[in-house]
Amino acid sequence: MIYREAGVYKTTYRADHAIFTIPQDRWSMIGIFAIAFLLIPAVGSEYWLGAIMLPFLILALAALGLNILTGYCGQLSLGTGGFMATGAFSAYKLATSFPDMHIVLVIFGAGLIAAAVGILFGIPSLRIKGFYLAVATLASQFFLIWMFDKFGWFTNYSASGVISAPPMTIFGDVFITGPEASLVAKYMFTLSVVVLLALVAKNLVRSNIGREWRAVRDMDIAAEIIGIPMLRTKLKAFAVSSFFCGVAGALWAFLYTGSVEPLAFDVNRSFQVLFMIIIGGLGSIMGAFLGAAFIILLPILLNNLPTMLGLNIRTDMISHMEYMIFGALIVFFLIVEPHGLARLWSLLKEKLRLWPFPH
Amino acid sequence: MRIERDIIYIILAFIVLMVVVPWTAGQLSDQIFFNWPFFFEVAIGGLLSGVMYSLIALGFVLIFKASGVFNFSQGAIVLFAALTLVGLHGLGLPMWLAIVATMGVMFLLAVSIERLVLSKLVNQEPIILFMATIGIAYFLDGFGQTLWGSEVKVLSLGISEAPGFYFDGQILINDFDLFAAGIAAVMVVGLSIFFQYTRIGRALRAVADDHQAALSVGIPLKHIWIIVWTVAGLVGLVAGMMWGSKMGVQFALSLIALKALPVLILGGFTSVPGAIIGGLIIGAGEKLAEVFLAPMIGGGIEEWFAYMLALLFLVFRPQGLFGEKIIERV
Repeated sequence: MIYREAGVYKTTYRADHAIFTIPQDRWSMIGIFAIAFLLIPAVGSEYWLGAIMLPFLILALAALGLNILTGYCGQLSLGTGGFMATGAFSAYKLATSFPDMHIVLVIFGAGLIAAAVGILFGIPSLRIKGFYLAVATLASQFFLIWMFDKFGWFTNYSASGVISAPPMTIFGDVFITGPEASLVAKYMFTLSVVVLLALVAKNLVRSNIGREWRAVRDMDIAAEIIGIPMLRTKLKAFAVSSFFCGVAGALWAFLYTGSVEPLAFDVNRSFQVLFMIIIGGLGSIMGAFLGAAFIILLPILLNNLPTMLGLNIRTDMISHMEYMIFGALIVFFLIVEPHGLARLWSLLKEKLRLWPFPH
Repeated sequence: MRIERDIIYIILAFIVLMVVVPWTAGQLSDQIFFNWPFFFEVAIGGLLSGVMYSLIALGFVLIFKASGVFNFSQGAIVLFAALTLVGLHGLGLPMWLAIVATMGVMFLLAVSIERLVLSKLVNQEPIILFMATIGIAYFLDGFGQTLWGSEVKVLSLGISEAPGFYFDGQILINDFDLFAAGIAAVMVVGLSIFFQYTRIGRALRAVADDHQAALSVGIPLKHIWIIVWTVAGLVGLVAGMMWGSKMGVQFALSLIALKALPVLILGGFTSVPGAIIGGLIIGAGEKLAEVFLAPMIGGGIEEWFAYMLALLFLVFRPQGLFGEKIIERV
């Protein structure tokens, strides 16, 4: 009754093309932005900002990238970790080779390099489809991690193979990487990047590029017959997706952990991000965020549950139990809602349209 | 028969490649001592270890053939079977009884997977089923280790690990590897006979061809799935015994599934012989590359070489060597 499209009159094309056409949606988005930009940095504790919000935002960005490739373009990929590693290591090489380079340029430059690598590994997708492609993308995952591990050039010949982010500033004197950076500054920077890229993604998927992706996902032969260039469409999806993953990897290495080794982006990271988009909802921007929140919070909850309940279990037992519960919950979620959390969200919106009347 | 000819050409090209590349590598660099007996020793060792990959890939193929589910949990099933076997043996059961009991456990596992997971996900998209099997994999990894502990356990089948077999006085082959190859051969023959000549085997092939048609002639889908998962569990048990006695029963067994994936895409998801041939190609290629190629580019290439090799094959045959050609219509 209150929340609905009917009665919202649009007088300009601009208004007609708005992302959120319903006023309540706009207001709630403004509310979410206000909470994210103002409230959380003001009241968030060190633990919340550093150990929950930062990884949540960064992995949500990676999930966004994978969702573009898998959810919108239908190309199942298990190479996310490799592309994140590419972003992280190229950001490191850029930052150390050109010390005067601005951090924003470093992060987005790393994204561009990852996009180029993504295009390279996307080429087989023209021949290979479905699960064959998924396994084939594992080749990129293992190869890239091996490469960063093996060749000293990527780590500037550090003995341990670990890269550490050099201290970098934004606006002249605000440190956002390195030991002097405050968590609030890191959080604000990450949040800005993620919000910006999420807007880009939202607009991409509702533009003609996004429609091409969806046509390819739904049936690629039919898409080709109606004149969608298969090569360019698929490679575009790989490029955009790896750009997002690369930026996420660079943020992970520079802002979240500060120093990182290739193993941080191993195949488990790829699976983690894949879990996020499946649980969150394939083909949904909102879903990437919901899924990331779920996958980040669940292990933390499981970890603290025994202490909260006052149970005394051995640590190795806890980690095995975590595996069990995690696996069982994944299966449970798939059975209850195979289309992910985003589907619950749209169901809720359907209900809201009628509320408070039953019909 | 064009397809057969293609496959023969590809395999021949591969063999030539695998001989020529190490040979030139051997000529180019001084560090590697290259001679033909050593080359064949590495190649045969690779072929035999490829058989071990095939054992795991077989489990994948069975389930994909019968239900179209890409079963990521096969590695976890291997680990779970091996853990249960060692655990039951440790409780004092004699080995043969422990094996029989583990078979029973694998059957129960198949029933519960069908009841609790698959039957609830009928008609979902393949990617959802794939994710569900990843969930099952996580669950089994945790469950097995919760039950039996996570330390490395020794599983001894009473076969010597010592190099036992000499050919021509120069080439040396492991007894154990030969034994594993024998077991794999027996299993492939057994499974082929089972699929080809038994009533259940025919039903399985019918389900693989067309679910709906199979249902409409009265084949109970539920039972078929339980049977297939049980068979995959038994194959997993054999693989677990082999791998477990080779490298100890530990969590790493679960990761061997990642080694079987290139075998799988190379051979094709739907072909039992494909799993074997794929295993042989991957095994030999990987070992030869590791010995003759790796020193030139930094070593440790085992992790990804199999994938790159499989990728190379896929570019020419996108459905794997023996996979069914998918004809797409709009």
